[in-house]
Amino acid sequence: MESVVFIFSLIDCCALIFLAVYFIITLSDLECDYINARSCCSKLNKWVIPEVIGHAVVTVLMLISLHWFIFLLNLPIATWNIYRFIMVPSGNMGVFDPTEIHNRGQLKSHMKEAMIKLGFHLLCFFMYLYRLSSCPSSLV
Amino acid sequence: HPTPPPPCRSAALPGSATCTQRACAGRAAPVVPVRRGPAPGAAEPSGTEPGPGAAMAQPAGPAAACPVQNQMMHSSDAQGYNPAVPGSYSHPKVPPHQPSGQYNYSGSQNVSQFNSYQGPGQTLNRPPVAPLSGSPVQQTGPVPQVPPPALQNSAAISSAGSFPPGAGPPMLSNWQYSQSAVSHPAGTPPSHLAPGTGTGSAQPSPSLSGNTNPPGSYQYAASPGGPSLHNSFMKPGSAPPPVTQPLTPLHPPPRPPLGPPPVGVTLFVDFGHYNFCTSSIHLKYLSSLLLATPHPSPAPPNLKMNRNVGYSYPALPPGYQNTSPPGAPGMQASALQYPDGSKHFHQPPLGTNHLTASMGSLSLQQEGLRPVNLLQERNILPTTILQAPVPNLHEDIQKLNCNPELFRCTLTNIPQTQALLNKAKLPLGLLLHPFKDLSQLPVVTSSTIVRCRSCRTYINPFVSFLDQRRWKCNLCYRVNDVPEEFMYNPVTRVYGEPHKRPEVQNATIEFMAPSEYMLRPPQPPVYLFVFDVSHNAIETGYLNTVCKTLLDNLDLLPGNTRTKIGFITFDSTIHFYSLQEGLSQPQMLIVSDIEDVFIPMPENLLVNLNENKELIQDLLRTLPQMFTKSLETQSALGPALQAAFKLMSPTGGRISVFQTQLPSVGMGALKSREEPNQRATAKDIHLTPSTDFYKKLALDCSGQQVAVDLFLLSGQYSDLASLGCISRYSAGSVYYYQSYHHKHNPVQVEKLQKELKRYLTRKIGFEAVMRIRCTKGLSIHTFHGNFFVRSTDLLSLPNVNPDAGYAVQMSVEESLTDMQVVSFQSALLYTSSKGERRIRVHTMCLPVVTTLSDVYAGADVQAITGLLANMAVDRSVSATLSDARDALVNAVIDSLSAYRSSVLSIQQPGLMAPSSLRLFPLYVLALLKQKAFQTGTNARLDERIFTMCQVKNQPLVYLMLMTHPSLYRVDNLTDEGALNINDRTIPQPPILQLSVEKLSRDGAYLMDAGSVMFLWIGKNCGQSFISQVLGVPNYGSIPQNMTHLPELETAESIRTIAFVSWLREQRPFFPILYIIKDDSPLKSSFLQNMIEDRTESALSYYEFLLHIQQQVNK
Repeated sequence: MESVVFIFSLIDCCALIFLAVYFIITLSDLECDYINARSCCSKLNKWVIPEVIGHAVVTVLMLISLHWFIFLLNLPIATWNIYRFIMVPSGNMGVFDPTEIHNRGQLKSHMKEAMIKLGFHLLCFFMYLYRLSSCPSSLV
Repeated sequence: HPTPPPPCRSAALPGSATCTQRACAGRAAPVVPVRRGPAPGAAEPSGTEPGPGAAMAQPAGPAAACPVQNQMMHSSDAQGYNPAVPGSYSHPKVPPHQPSGQYNYSGSQNVSQFNSYQGPGQTLNRPPVAPLSGSPVQQTGPVPQVPPPALQNSAAISSAGSFPPGAGPPMLSNWQYSQSAVSHPAGTPPSHLAPGTGTGSAQPSPSLSGNTNPPGSYQYAASPGGPSLHNSFMKPGSAPPPVTQPLTPLHPPPRPPLGPPPVGVTLFVDFGHYNFCTSSIHLKYLSSLLLATPHPSPAPPNLKMNRNVGYSYPALPPGYQNTSPPGAPGMQASALQYPDGSKHFHQPPLGTNHLTASMGSLSLQQEGLRPVNLLQERNILPTTILQAPVPNLHEDIQKLNCNPELFRCTLTNIPQTQALLNKAKLPLGLLLHPFKDLSQLPVVTSSTIVRCRSCRTYINPFVSFLDQRRWKCNLCYRVNDVPEEFMYNPVTRVYGEPHKRPEVQNATIEFMAPSEYMLRPPQPPVYLFVFDVSHNAIETGYLNTVCKTLLDNLDLLPGNTRTKIGFITFDSTIHFYSLQEGLSQPQMLIVSDIEDVFIPMPENLLVNLNENKELIQDLLRTLPQMFTKSLETQSALGPALQAAFKLMSPTGGRISVFQTQLPSVGMGALKSREEPNQRATAKDIHLTPSTDFYKKLALDCSGQQVAVDLFLLSGQYSDLASLGCISRYSAGSVYYYQSYHHKHNPVQVEKLQKELKRYLTRKIGFEAVMRIRCTKGLSIHTFHGNFFVRSTDLLSLPNVNPDAGYAVQMSVEESLTDMQVVSFQSALLYTSSKGERRIRVHTMCLPVVTTLSDVYAGADVQAITGLLANMAVDRSVSATLSDARDALVNAVIDSLSAYRSSVLSIQQPGLMAPSSLRLFPLYVLALLKQKAFQTGTNARLDERIFTMCQVKNQPLVYLMLMTHPSLYRVDNLTDEGALNINDRTIPQPPILQLSVEKLSRDGAYLMDAGSVMFLWIGKNCGQSFISQVLGVPNYGSIPQNMTHLPELETAESIRTIAFVSWLREQRPFFPILYIIKDDSPLKSSFLQNMIEDRTESALSYYEFLLHIQQQVNK
């Protein structure tokens, strides 16, 4: 059972890592002016909900499988994701708004956020891997 | 400059296909003629459902009835995009708004004729035959290197022939001038051994560029040969004195000499030389030159001399420039300090100059920094309009600097590091008015536009020339080559003077862009008008006014033969108007499917204005009557906008929307969010848009180069916060006429008329982009204004108009060590209404400082207030209004406490502020009391949001007037100190403080609040004023709604009217004058502007100061 949980978390974590990398690449494309703000934001906004769900699922999974430490580790970021999604003003096009992304250093803060998430997911990845390998009923 | 994506020209046909499809589905409404009567275009005149539906099912709708249409489609197509068609975008004619200063030339053509170069500066310390230009150099003797007169004449003639007549004669006269110089070889100084100096010996400020050079400028181009300079320098005083003598009679100095008469005439030669070299050139040359002749004397303070001459605008005639003999050794010494001239060369000249400049304007600095105890100085407001502070640069750089009305920085002394900026607690940013109507604007036509190769900066007056063939970018410091064509100066018609080109002499300049600057042929001017014709709209009667104004100004719409125009009206359905040529009257097509809007016919909805003028006039005359019986109350604004966008997207252009109520059906329908009883609390008011529909649509519009201007004329809440997005992100403008009604509110009618007239006739730029560049180390982090930020520094402006202002906030990313000055450049690339692609470039140069006191000394309080207002609007939208208000107050507290703790050495009691910021608390208080940020019940939500839109979109001058109006007493105007403009005497009464205390019952006061003026008549106002200016017998008989001053024959009336109209002429819009007395309903708006007084919900100025003092001294 334990191993199933961690295998699933591992896969989910991989997806989140890819997503974080995708965010970073797209944002840096915008920074370097390879794409315009409009297309950048519509690309990124598409993936905001999958990210929220992906992370929420792992967090909940950890809660129900009673891995308290991992759950608490994941909780702040999952909460932040949801908070960010809910707090989008009604007139904006999503978390990433093309009309504001160049203002008030938003691009930089989005970039920083994506970097932090990438680091976090990498950490989680190795943690899940370790837990998986140390599982008594390991499949490997 | 990325240019707009190519339009999809094939969109027309799919459009018709859709139409057909829909018609088959039976969803399209019938074709209805505009007038009830026989409709030639429509198959079935009656409004029955199936018949016209079938008619519409024909390909291209009514075209079936009119076979000519297809041809018309093609021909109009051709006219739009085929450059071969006359009247399309090759317009050699000069637009009327650039009266002079047209530097039209085709560089390569003329350069080839001047390949025997006559570069005076170049000959300085090089052998005369220096093969600098690739062309064969033929300088072989003392013969002046002028092309044979015949050749030059032909050149002049050919250029005069191929260019506007205005440019021709000056060229010729200039040529004659240089000929005369040639014919007086005696005019060249004896020491000038180098060839080619004859022509260069005296270049007057050319008549061609009368606008660019100040009248007193005197370009002295005496160019000594290398050896002679050596001689003169090594043996100061040895050169024969009569150098200037033959020259000055030819060109008498236009202003009296300011300094003592020449002392060391030798020096004159050098100074004369400096005149046309940038100081960098001369320093470099000097340094290399003087290595051999060391001179130990230290640099005296009057070093500024060398800067003086650097930009060929010598303040003094050359003969008088050597005011102080010690200047010469000083200069040599300064040159010696930089023996490796080419290495540090961009810095030293500016550095030394800066030093001198600081010394020179020491008093100015001191003035800005003088501590003022705000609590003690009661009369702090200057009695004249506050001028922008002058940057602490040397006067010759400053003279070239951009006009502060166009380009202004909050801190005229740029802090060197972000840490210093943070310490100062003042915002750093720029306020721009880039497309302002200018009376004089140099326009350059050239096949290559010289730009930095790495950062793409346009060459500007603040670049440094390393030598004649290389220049160093002042933004990224890359060394660039001077292209061959740039060596020829079209103004003086001299080769080898790149530093004298108009591009290097003007901080504001316009280039005619060659084809590299367009991705598609320049678009034609396209205007689409979208009118709300629901019952509510008809009730207000606005359509009459608008149609009439439009009819009157149809010929004044900026445009050319390609101008296109179209009309859409909407209530719960959308009505299109076919203005096909050949129709006897316009034809209305109704689309009732508002869920999925389509364009009922591919062509003839946007038609050529000139070819179809009668039909258009016909439509404008009938339009107001057509809907008088309409009972439709719904408003489908969203679908109408979508339709307008679809119609415009192939070309781009301007959509003007007139809306009178909350959109209620279809996409973009809105709900009322205003709760009148919650107005008082600053919380929970809806400043954010409720839907992203308008924003998305605006971005679509922006992508297709369409701008939407919104005219909101409504009595009830219309959610401007949501609607305004359509204009905000498509670079349009918003106009708001609260409670517009043709009968009940005649003042608004007049306002609409005047503003609409200005709106229709003002200049317009299409498919524009603006980029703001700044010196490496600075970066822009927030933009304010109506546009879409397409990439980090590129603003997409589908339309640009002369009444729009922009602001940016900046930060210091890398510290600006080793930099004495920084530069900012805004470049606006647009298509003019004549179909020319043009680039308007403004460049501003500011000094960098390292101490906090200097930062404060250079603070520009108006610009700071303007930028803070923009930031506060953002804050109130992203957070809450009270947050924004707190932030404004904190800005004052923080900056004053930073000043107190870091700059003031002696801690004095009271509230101390540097003199430069002495008006800061007053202006911030004024902002807090302004409609956008005030608390209290009297601001309606739409009005508040409209004021916020204005804060974002108004140029600084008008924003300041709106925030802090000017108050004048006008019942005792005298001619003392009056201005005299065009034989009109304009009295200049002093500006009074905005306090009731300043009002007296026996006076009359004029308050100028930018877009509105109040004339308050005191109860005991002098009888003479009432009868001789207002034209009524006594106070009691002043009518309630008086908005005009009668033109009477009395001196008082003439003075008052002259003053009021002078104020009005200074702005592009028309401020309405309300004449109010004590019982007028508008008295409260007048008193509201009394910023220094206490109101029920806001502090008085003195209380505000006390509050700040308390916080500062904490």
